[in-house]
Amino acid sequence: MGMTLTEKILAKAADKEKVTPGQLIDANIDIVMCVDVTTPPAISMLAEKGLDKVFDREKIVVTPDHFQPAKDIKSAELHKRLDEWAKRHKIKYYYKLGRAGVCHALLPEQGHIRPGEVIVGPDSHTCTYGAFAAFGTGVGSTDAAAAIATGQLWFKVPASEKIVLNGPLGPGVYSKDVILAVIARIGVDGALYKAMEFVGPALAEMSMESRMTITNMAIEAGAKNGIIAFDDVTKQYLDEHLKDKTDYTVYESDEDAEYIGVEEFDCSAIEPMVALPPLPSGGVPVTDCAGKEMDQVYIGSCTNGRIEDLRIAAKILRGKQAAIRTIVVPATPTIWKQAKDEGLFDIFYDAGCVIAAPTCGACLGGFMGVLAAGEKCISTTNRNFVGRMGHPKSEVYLASPATAAASAVEGKLTDPRDHL
Amino acid sequence: MSAAHVYKRDHINTDEIIPARYLNTDDEAELAKHCLEDLDKDFVNKVQAGDIIVAGEDFGCGSSREHAVWAIRGAGVQTVIAKSFARIFFRNAINNGFYVIESHDGLEKINDGDELEIDYKTGLIKNKTAGVDIEFNPLPDFALEIINDGGLLNHITKRTTD
Repeated sequence: MGMTLTEKILAKAADKEKVTPGQLIDANIDIVMCVDVTTPPAISMLAEKGLDKVFDREKIVVTPDHFQPAKDIKSAELHKRLDEWAKRHKIKYYYKLGRAGVCHALLPEQGHIRPGEVIVGPDSHTCTYGAFAAFGTGVGSTDAAAAIATGQLWFKVPASEKIVLNGPLGPGVYSKDVILAVIARIGVDGALYKAMEFVGPALAEMSMESRMTITNMAIEAGAKNGIIAFDDVTKQYLDEHLKDKTDYTVYESDEDAEYIGVEEFDCSAIEPMVALPPLPSGGVPVTDCAGKEMDQVYIGSCTNGRIEDLRIAAKILRGKQAAIRTIVVPATPTIWKQAKDEGLFDIFYDAGCVIAAPTCGACLGGFMGVLAAGEKCISTTNRNFVGRMGHPKSEVYLASPATAAASAVEGKLTDPRDHL
Repeated sequence: MSAAHVYKRDHINTDEIIPARYLNTDDEAELAKHCLEDLDKDFVNKVQAGDIIVAGEDFGCGSSREHAVWAIRGAGVQTVIAKSFARIFFRNAINNGFYVIESHDGLEKINDGDELEIDYKTGLIKNKTAGVDIEFNPLPDFALEIINDGGLLNHITKRTTD
């Protein structure tokens, strides 16, 4: 019996010839990603236990992002703890204010994600990195602390579920619509504890940015990781982005690898989707809910705050006015500059949008777009839980940048195909 | 006395357990004041030390915030009994030495306010109010080792010094 892509990466990380689902392993960690909300507790725990050390100062990547720049005194204290620690241990890759960005957009862009590697971080969307044929998984602060100090973590090898994406996508339909359709079918615990391996011709047509949107939301189906095989698109992105360490190992799932299940999707039948609150599995075609009035539009986050997303939104907003308050948050400083240089900011400005600095911010109800009681927001983010973006009586509707931008123009949920 | 707080709900998520507006601190006592705030505003007033939360499938789904475990533990909760747990929450609980119980029958056989007694070694929940016993599979050995050591970091320290 062969192994899946996920199993091969974990076998290598555990120095084993073979691993099987359910097996407990101690895996060597290639990259520990550290952010502002969840890493300071890890730092404090290590200090308390007399373990104030880092396993490799070149394998830890630090960026404050959730409340970046600090939104209040308490978050400033968190940033200060992160800053002092990063400096004390001479962390090589520390992205400070002006270079800090939403972690899952920043790390690939800055060349820290390589195929075949194991990346952990105390943020649930660390599964994003699977788009690069790597194993990325979100952990808590204690796991992060253990990984920082020892470079190892225990894992139970997940069984893999194959998600087959047959193409092509129709006009106005994007990878966000695809992943919302997948989660709508399988549910928020449809892939609990599993590896979601995305395959199929629809992926071949997608950029790395689009693929990251898909793996980013694997956690919204309960998965341990999401993963996509390496191809020419991956290679080209890596050629353009890897800097200090440019070598990597490409693994592929064996022909006779075992899958716990297979789900097939005809992407040509997927319409622009909106996930109704309060779960990411609440996806319905926008045609089913079009016309519902919104109060706010949010375009940003680790799911859809990359340059491709901003271009899609700008194309729809060009020459138009946003009918409701619209917040655009480029996910990293590089994306911010790119958007500015490409003239996208002029389009957003003319349309009456707010353009913010990179931060997770309002995606998790932090700041820069928090909702009042009764308000409704269409958002390109990944969660629409009760109170996610603010007051527990506010509502979040998840959608693609195109659907969000079209809805900004109309002030209500809108089919983007009418605005292409 | 350990009273049950029953929530007949699946997918009780980390944002309901501890909303992100309180994530600007990692102080357990502070987090505890807001435990389950967006699910049941009254929970923190009702909960007594040693009480137990009972819920449906996929408890703790969503964010990786360990603050969810800290808020629950800080509120004095002894354990959570759920039909299933989201992966990261489950890991975080074990890593904190916080025992959580997976039980498919819990939600059906426990009512809000029932008095419970738990034998973690044998895997038995005694519902003293209803007079029923509910069996559960104790956590696997590797998880018990971490819990018995008082959490993952203690476990690692012990392993390195052994």
